[in-house]
Amino acid sequence: MSEQRSFDVADLPGVGPTALLVFAGLYAPIVTLVVYSFNAAPSVATWDGFTFDWYLKAWHNSTVMNAAANSLIIATLAALFSTALATLAALGTTRRPAFFGITAIYAAINQPLMVPEIVTAVALLIVIAAIKAATGYAGLGYLVIAHTAFCIPFAYLPIRARLEGMDLTLETAAADLYASPWQSFRFVTLPQLTPGILAGWMLAFVTSLDDVVITEFIKSPGQDTLPTYMLGQLRRAMTPDINALSAALLGLTLVLLSGFFLLSRRKS
Amino acid sequence: MAKHIISARNLVKAFGTGEFAVRALDTVSLDIRPGEFFTLLGPSGCGKTTLLRLFAGFEMPSAGTILLDGEDVTVLPPNRRPINTVFQSYALFPHLTVAENVGFALKMQGKPRAEIEATVARMLALVRLEAMAGRKITQLSGGQQQRVALARALAPHPKVLLLDEPLSALDLKLRKEMQVELKRLQNETGITFIFVTHDQEEALTMSDRIAVMSAGKLQQVGTPKEIYTHPINRFVAAFIGETNFIEAVGETGGARLKTGDLIPVEGVLHGPVTVAIRPEQLRLVPPETEGAIAATVRDLVYFGTGTHCHMALADGTALTARLQSPASGEIGLALGESVGVLPTPGAAQLLRE
Ligand SMILES: Nc1ncnc2c1ncn2[C@@H]1O[C@H](COP(=O)(O)OP(=O)(O)OP(=O)(O)O)[C@@H](O)[C@H]1O
Ligand SMILES: [Mg+2]
Repeated sequence: MSEQRSFDVADLPGVGPTALLVFAGLYAPIVTLVVYSFNAAPSVATWDGFTFDWYLKAWHNSTVMNAAANSLIIATLAALFSTALATLAALGTTRRPAFFGITAIYAAINQPLMVPEIVTAVALLIVIAAIKAATGYAGLGYLVIAHTAFCIPFAYLPIRARLEGMDLTLETAAADLYASPWQSFRFVTLPQLTPGILAGWMLAFVTSLDDVVITEFIKSPGQDTLPTYMLGQLRRAMTPDINALSAALLGLTLVLLSGFFLLSRRKS
Repeated sequence: MAKHIISARNLVKAFGTGEFAVRALDTVSLDIRPGEFFTLLGPSGCGKTTLLRLFAGFEMPSAGTILLDGEDVTVLPPNRRPINTVFQSYALFPHLTVAENVGFALKMQGKPRAEIEATVARMLALVRLEAMAGRKITQLSGGQQQRVALARALAPHPKVLLLDEPLSALDLKLRKEMQVELKRLQNETGITFIFVTHDQEEALTMSDRIAVMSAGKLQQVGTPKEIYTHPINRFVAAFIGETNFIEAVGETGGARLKTGDLIPVEGVLHGPVTVAIRPEQLRLVPPETEGAIAATVRDLVYFGTGTHCHMALADGTALTARLQSPASGEIGLALGESVGVLPTPGAAQLLRE
């Protein structure tokens, strides 16, 4: 009997080199960025030896620290709110039989993934300008609300995936064992959902941390986040402390994303 | 306490609408006595699970009422019915330990911690899992999970325990052990058990009473003995054990077969009938014996404790007798041999089609 061979894409000529090229294109710039953030020379033209100076310089720059603080405050709060809302949305869309219009609701929840960000940014700019004029409030609240809105789909997806993988008879069993609907949620659904919720929070946090377009449009003066601060710096002269900041952001993102993958792979 | 712990009155459950509607239960009425081991028996899809889910409160009936200890509980949600379920898949909480699973219901009821701990210890002793209290559910074998599920459902001392094919996931040996275990638990707790199975042998050995179901309807309710010896229709007779069915015409004194032989039966039923008789109620005798029905041996199938002798009557009707293995091991029959068949007096049942 001849053994059946399955078709293997990797056997096609040129697949290996193409893959290498793509990975090089993806990662070479990032590696370059990280390497040059340790370059003693102020330009990428020369390598002048290893230094931590750019990191220290950014650390001692109060404008940078201010922007970093804004970024962390906004990302923490937006991730918190969007995860709470996404959890409710996920419960509402999975814990009931499919109903008419459910597809429209999925589309509405995932709207921020589909509508061009620049459109949302302009729309928010108009509305928020009006609210600012009417109330006089000009704090970080607008940014937190805007970030919450576009982070919802990122938090929603891992939570919904977790809910759909959950055994529904467990909730039936809880009800059978005298748990009220709230107790059943609190003691059975929520503990099993926790890894999904944490994963959603991390994804939302990273998404908020990275946002430029919407933030740039609706921030009030002095409300720079790290990305908008870096964008502003670029308009003048490219300095290596931007490299250092980018590398630091990359490091934070990698830590959070690793956490996300570990959590979403955890078995219930 | 009411005379019946749980009663179904004209229960109907329909799924779907219009031409796709399925009547999973069709006008089921049933009374179950306190402390009974009651079994629902029937083929796949006959509505056993649906009836249990209505009792538990996971589904609402389309029509009819459910009485628990004399009170109407038809619309009461499951968490307010003193009825617990052992799920076929066990449905144990994977994020809790064995002890936390067993104590879950008491915690939901807001019982004091000392009482919860005492009850959990008592329940774990009852199912012989004292040593496993701190384990995670995933660290248990299938049989152990089964016993945790039982302990969890028994801990709040429900009025009725529902068990939906709880043994079907276990291998034969464990299954036999758990059958004994279940009977012991029922005796020790005094709780009414409603048990679902499609295994007729399991139903006959374990139950005080059995309800045989088919296509959403109750066919017969009775003790294992009543159901086995006096099945009321062909479905019940065929579903419980093996049975020979012979077309006949009822007359005074018995049933006249197409071959002209008369099988004596008590009670008169005139007109076309079916004679039902178990293979172990047929004796083989010499053909010339008085009252014996002439038959020809067609096949002999040995099965250890006995032999199935498949025969044909003069008009071609098939008939099977179960013969005990004699000490010599030889039953002294040959294929094609002419024999006489003598039914045990009183063993034949007449069924109206
Ligand atoms: N949620 C449902 N929606 C539609 N039809 C259903 C539903 N639940 C059960 N049914 C139908 O009702 C009938 C009875 O189902 P039920 O699960 O009670 O059978 P069962 O006797 O428990 O069978 P089994 O031995 O296979 O478990 C079946 O025809 C089934 O298809
Ligand atoms: Mg079933």
